[in-house]
Amino acid sequence: MTSHVRDLSWQVVVGGMLRRGIVLIVLVGLMTYFASQSDRFFQSRNLVNILEQNAALMIVTVGMTLTMLIAGIDLSVGSVAALAGAISAGLIVNNGFSFEVSVVVTLALGFAIGLLNGGLIIWGKLPPFIATLAMLGIGRGLTLLYTEGRPISLNGVDQYTFYGRGDVTLPVFGQTPVSVLVALAVVMIVSVILSATRFGLHIYAIGGSEETARLAGVPVTRVKMIVYGSSGMLAALGGMLLTARLFSAQPQAAVGMELDAIAAAVLGGVSLFGGVGNVIGAVTGGLLIGVLSNGMNLLRLASFLQQMIQGTVLVVAVAIDMIIKRIEGV
Amino acid sequence: MRKTLTLVLVIMMALLSVVVTTAQDAPTIGLSVSTLNNPFFVTLVEGAQAAADAAGAELIVLDAQDDSATEAANIEDLIAQGVDAILVNPTDSDAIVPSILAANDAGIPIFTVDRSAAGGEVVSHVASDNVAGGMLAAQFLCDALGGAGKVVELEGIPGTSAARDRGAGFNAYMSQSCTGVEVVARQTANFNRAEGLTVFENILQAQDTINGVFAHNDEMILGAIEAATAAGREGITFVGFDAVDDAVAAVNNGTLAATVAQQPALIGQLGVEAAITYLGGGEVVANVPVALSLVTAQ
Repeated sequence: MTSHVRDLSWQVVVGGMLRRGIVLIVLVGLMTYFASQSDRFFQSRNLVNILEQNAALMIVTVGMTLTMLIAGIDLSVGSVAALAGAISAGLIVNNGFSFEVSVVVTLALGFAIGLLNGGLIIWGKLPPFIATLAMLGIGRGLTLLYTEGRPISLNGVDQYTFYGRGDVTLPVFGQTPVSVLVALAVVMIVSVILSATRFGLHIYAIGGSEETARLAGVPVTRVKMIVYGSSGMLAALGGMLLTARLFSAQPQAAVGMELDAIAAAVLGGVSLFGGVGNVIGAVTGGLLIGVLSNGMNLLRLASFLQQMIQGTVLVVAVAIDMIIKRIEGV
Repeated sequence: MRKTLTLVLVIMMALLSVVVTTAQDAPTIGLSVSTLNNPFFVTLVEGAQAAADAAGAELIVLDAQDDSATEAANIEDLIAQGVDAILVNPTDSDAIVPSILAANDAGIPIFTVDRSAAGGEVVSHVASDNVAGGMLAAQFLCDALGGAGKVVELEGIPGTSAARDRGAGFNAYMSQSCTGVEVVARQTANFNRAEGLTVFENILQAQDTINGVFAHNDEMILGAIEAATAAGREGITFVGFDAVDDAVAAVNNGTLAATVAQQPALIGQLGVEAAITYLGGGEVVANVPVALSLVTAQ
């Protein structure tokens, strides 16, 4: 994973293993428990449901992880997702654009909004929290303006909705939802970039210490801009998947998604202070949230109680993160 | 570290097991509600729960928190559980369609409550009868005016089903059963209090005699009352629709004569009853209109 883990004391090594392992242990524990309580849980349809329900969140979480790795944050992802859903649908339904053109334009728009975030942070000297919080408001406002507060229906635009509800038949896995494949592809690609490229190394270096990275010759500004741009673009992709899943672009889609993505990343061992964590962990954290909510539904827990338990799990996970950090002596 | 881990797992499982209900063989009905952060829907769920209890059925209530994606996930989870029927209160008529298609594929009958769906196969739609509500308002206004006078109708957003149906009921009653009352002005104020105020100010300027006003919702009637108060016009009977808190308060202090109330508990109850009848092999109608009631100062 990171270069700075390699030559440090045993505490760091153990801490790193725990950090990566804990979410998996909890996930397996939870799944075993749910399976013991409901014979419906381990049915393949239900497991596919869980992946499908969280495909958009997984993609957005990948972008969030990138910004957290450089000790930043992107609170605008939910709004950008909603705006992307609305614009991609509007371009097709209202302006007669083809599906492909609409997707490319929307992804570019997401990237541009991300660059704007990056610009505000780098040249505007705004804290990432504030810059992207402002964009959260602006993005939602733009979405409401563009849609006039009404959903844009994609009922019948099969090419688009295929990515939300469609399946492809794969050799080993059989019927696999397209949205899940898209999410897995994103996770794989970004994971490889982070662990096996110079660019990935630069991201971890900036998260470890921006000043040191700069002195070591890392092109800090460029890397940060690309990270925020990518977060915006991935949010746009997530928003389009969400839209495809609902056959309609909702002006109030993905409200609070930034919090789910941050929770997922933190659960998955991504540090809020930068430099530590990886995409696989973060996505596993997202799946943990998804499994928890699905399992609690299957166990027929009252919905108010569900929200409480979700909050509790997050607190416990972050507490463990702090304990591990103490062991590492960071 | 291992201790902490074990502790975490134990705590989470303890939290979960406390509240797990055991399954049995009574019919199980899922209810996906758009939000429980609104008293209207909380009351709807209570009505549904009471009807389920009375019939010995199990009701699983899932809250979408006004998020269409959450509702889609909830309905998938209901389908995965193999419930016998699903009552859906859509967050959005369009966004609910893929979920309803999925339930159709799984062979689970769907009933919509309060809001309808734009597609998919729905056994029955249970919602307030706005036409009857409009008639109820007209009847009250007619009686209050002694069967003669000049009234104004403030209409809701053109094209919405609520505005259409409430207006249709009101005007049908007035033209057929209350011919002594004349509707002298009919304008839209878009369900909005501020517009209700300005629109009614203009009408007051144009009409010397106004005996009554009916608005398609409470917001507009409350605006109209402000306009009349500011202009010093008295002796006007105001009738609103929805029975929101402000309107009920206005009824209690006498400025508003009446407001038409929906009966969310009855909507929930009739929804569950329709599902149980259908599951028992009985016939259900495609549209179940739910009666409304009038809130007046006794």
